[in-house]
Amino acid sequence: MPRLSADARHRIRFELNGHTVEGDAEPRMLLTDFLRHTLGMTGTHVGCEHGVCGACTVEIDGVPARACLTLAVQADGARIRTVEGLAPAPRRLSVLQEAFRRHHALQCGFCTAGILMSLDHYLRHHPDPGEADLREFLSGHLCRCTGYAPILAAALDAAAKLREASAHA
Amino acid sequence: MKPARFDYVRAATLAEAHAALAEGGDDARIIAGGQSLVPMLSMRLARPAVLIDIMHLPALTKIGVKGDSIRVEAAVRQAELLAWPELRERQPLLAAALPWVGHAQTRSRGTVCGSVAHADPSAELPLTLLALKGAVELSSQKRRRHVAAEEFFTGLMSTARNDDELIEAVEFPCRAAGHGYAFTEFARRHGDFAIVACAAVASKDGARLAIGGVADIPTARDFAGIEGDALDDALDEFAGGLDARDDLHATAKYRRALVRRLGRATIEEARRCRA
Repeated sequence: MPRLSADARHRIRFELNGHTVEGDAEPRMLLTDFLRHTLGMTGTHVGCEHGVCGACTVEIDGVPARACLTLAVQADGARIRTVEGLAPAPRRLSVLQEAFRRHHALQCGFCTAGILMSLDHYLRHHPDPGEADLREFLSGHLCRCTGYAPILAAALDAAAKLREASAHA
Repeated sequence: MKPARFDYVRAATLAEAHAALAEGGDDARIIAGGQSLVPMLSMRLARPAVLIDIMHLPALTKIGVKGDSIRVEAAVRQAELLAWPELRERQPLLAAALPWVGHAQTRSRGTVCGSVAHADPSAELPLTLLALKGAVELSSQKRRRHVAAEEFFTGLMSTARNDDELIEAVEFPCRAAGHGYAFTEFARRHGDFAIVACAAVASKDGARLAIGGVADIPTARDFAGIEGDALDDALDEFAGGLDARDDLHATAKYRRALVRRLGRATIEEARRCRA
């Protein structure tokens, strides 16, 4: 890649939820703004914009990461998943999303997209998580509504349901 | 909060990165994981003219053992080092400190060398490097040099790195026979910046304690052959000599009290681990 000039927009291309997407960005554009403004994917929320709150967490190349701490130009060529990629089909929720609804694990929903992306990744790699490990993992997210207890309950319930499903598969 | 404008260079080789740094001078910054630099850009505390991305250099991705040290190259992410199967055996202090670095969601992108380069006074990795008497490997177009951790951190977010140099690797000494290691930190919430962080190395001759979060740079002191009340007195003197300051999170007095209590507890834990 040659030097990308500060004053121009440059073509950025990456895989988003299984599809190739592209758009133009100045080098200084954050991935959050690229997702929301350039691509119109507003499921990813912008909270603190300095990596503390976790609302903008997405999966980049298979790991949960802050979209607000990533430049769009850094994401060129990457594989990205956002909350829009969680539901298996229109009008159907994922097991984790369904558990969030059942346990009232969200109120205003602002932090939810980021927490879902983190937990979706965590449960895939830790099918039988302990509560303490989940608490530590969730420390990377701030929620000002729920007090976290329903989020933990939803995560543990989703993990149990996913284990059940894979045992029957 | 949006960064000011900058050019972006995705270096394909180390030579390209060196050339861009030499050309950019003090207006150029290396970006690796970006977990410290991007917030600095967004808050406009840093306004470089050019960012040089080194995460696509195939040459800088290794974790290895070189002599008696673990050598971690510039593009190694914190999560990768934490997942390295030999880590706990090779250096328990590093294994104990890494989970305190940010959150899982930032360790996934943040690099080990990037944290050392950023030199935040409360960061765990510079503290660990200092406690272990590790070294930083710097390279530029012209030369390559090693700087001991004790000389590398020179002030608040300032290091001995020259403008045309990048950190190519950092070296953490491996565990030594008969040594014990411990790490503790106090923060309001897990993953917050440490109010006080302590790293201790115990041997048969005494203990070395390194403190982060108090002064502008991590600070270490060797306590040779001191036990009991004498160690408390020595810790009092060490804590009193640190350039502690009041801020939003804690008073200087509180920080010094934590150095005495938490420092002592960390040394005791390191001694227990000396088996």
